[in-house]
Amino acid sequence: MTVSRTVRIGSSHGLHARPAKLFAQAAKDSGIPVTIAKDSGKAVNAASILGVIALAIEYGDYVTLTADGDSAESVLDTLTELLTTDHDQESA
Amino acid sequence: MSDVRGVGIGLGVAQGVVVRMAEALPAPENTPSTQGVDAERARVREAVAAVAQELTARGETAGGSAQEVLEAQAMIAEDPTLQDEVDARIDDGATAEWAVHDAFAGFRATLEAVGGYLGERAADLDDIAQRVLARLRGVEAPGVPDPGHPFVLVARDLAPADTALLNLDQVLALVTFDGGPTSHTAILAREKGIVAIVGAASASELATGRSVIVDAAAGIVTVDPSDDEKQRAEQRAAARRSADSAPLTPGALADGTLIPLLANLGKPADASDAVERGAEGVGLFRTEFLFLSSAQAPTVEQQRESYRELLAAFPGKKVVVRMLDAGADKPLAFLNDAHEENPALGLRGLRALRASEDILREQLTALAEADAATEADLWVMAPMVATVEETQYFTALAREYGLKTAGVMVEIPASALLADRVLAHADFASIGTNDLTQYTMAADRMLGSVAGFQDPWHPAVLRLVREVGAAGARLGKPVGICGEAAADPMLAVVLVGLGATSLSMAPSALADVRHMLSTRTLDEARHLAELALAADDAAGARLAVADATATLPPHQKETTS
Repeated sequence: MTVSRTVRIGSSHGLHARPAKLFAQAAKDSGIPVTIAKDSGKAVNAASILGVIALAIEYGDYVTLTADGDSAESVLDTLTELLTTDHDQESA
Repeated sequence: MSDVRGVGIGLGVAQGVVVRMAEALPAPENTPSTQGVDAERARVREAVAAVAQELTARGETAGGSAQEVLEAQAMIAEDPTLQDEVDARIDDGATAEWAVHDAFAGFRATLEAVGGYLGERAADLDDIAQRVLARLRGVEAPGVPDPGHPFVLVARDLAPADTALLNLDQVLALVTFDGGPTSHTAILAREKGIVAIVGAASASELATGRSVIVDAAAGIVTVDPSDDEKQRAEQRAAARRSADSAPLTPGALADGTLIPLLANLGKPADASDAVERGAEGVGLFRTEFLFLSSAQAPTVEQQRESYRELLAAFPGKKVVVRMLDAGADKPLAFLNDAHEENPALGLRGLRALRASEDILREQLTALAEADAATEADLWVMAPMVATVEETQYFTALAREYGLKTAGVMVEIPASALLADRVLAHADFASIGTNDLTQYTMAADRMLGSVAGFQDPWHPAVLRLVREVGAAGARLGKPVGICGEAAADPMLAVVLVGLGATSLSMAPSALADVRHMLSTRTLDEARHLAELALAADDAAGARLAVADATATLPPHQKETTS
């Protein structure tokens, strides 16, 4: 079963460094193939931290996640939660 | 050799003998593999796994934010996309060494092309590539040297794996000739309290064995210092050690002018740490935490409990609470779910609250109730105020709820330029330097590619601060600073010279700022402010103030204990 979802990035520093690591780790741990694409761009392996970082995803960007497997829905739930949370919540 | 200049991290000073970090391994030659595809692939797998394992193990030893960084590096080493790139080169007949070198270089170019924040991360990739190459060649990975005596480490740029495991007993100071103030070297030096100067280009000429003084406060490495210079540096280092353990006196200049030092807090639970570090109150309490985790606004009761907990920690002291500041960096669906092209210029701050006035009224209700039940001196302020009319709107509303002291944040140049009109209605102003810089320089804070513009030392920003300070002085109204700028000790003095009457910062910055203020009189602060205002740019302002500070003898701190 292939499932896709489009999400807006909630992390104030975009998907760099720590948020990118958390996201790629979660995608890897899901055990099923997951891809991420920015806007209508090329989809990359979501478990690849370099692939994710190279997309240069900023706060407020829209990304499309696609997962393939029995657990696709719940995997996308988890990943969506990660992407919409602000991991860098520290600003005056 | 003349002095070497860079960006200092913190206020420390240290002296010692230079030890250079081993330069990188030479790049491999692109010669065809003689071992065959399967053997080369197996070699890479083994090397990558070993490097990832080592980085993870180092992370466990280091702990904290260093562990996060090292775990990310371990993930990069084993990255599947990178692995595909390496395999493709091996399939074409390359050696494991060349495939690793070339594939990493490809990703490095990608990151550098993106620039800004990501460009600075490119050094991380080099470090991982070097570790894998060293493993493939069976040699020691380049790393922090261990000469067996204390030393000043000079390096191109330190990788997280190095800074995390620095032996603080041996490393007196760090100097890098690449890497900016947002590099890992700078971040980790700040966290671990290591004296450091980064981005000091001509430090590349410093050879092992040279004697240096590393003055982070001035951003200067003095090469082959005189005995006199060495002695003064030692006195300053000693003074700084005593500042760390100094009594938690109220913030004051050398002439006794009181400058209350307040804390920026994000949740009530952080209050006790701020009190322990001698915060004289709260200059900015962010209320977003109550709202960010929920899809709906919290109830008046929930809010009242949180505010009560906060206020109870500061009996008899000032606590400035900022109304909900939803906006560019912290969107809240129930306030504004419209997609905006330019969220930083959109319906945010007070604008968003005004559009959902019931949320603002509930927040004021909860604050008034918490105020009645506690002993703190509660001040309230509105975020992102652009006009005099908005000021009148908010202060009238706050007073309707019986809140005695109502002010506004000055984050938009418009309200800074009209500060005298704004302060005619508001009881106080609090300058948010991060947003004020963003709006003055027209550079999005969230955008790495324009991060270079985000510097509160810029004279244009400082001139706006002067407008607000002067208006406050004329009208007898307090003007506080509650952005990152107040945590920069040297800039804190300049801000006081521009008319700031209180400074609010992360509690960890209180000790350094307290010490720096105590070394300057108000007249000197004003003089330093004039120098900064007259500069062409942020770097020029920083330099002018650092140079002047170096020639002004510090005042003897009057001790009563």
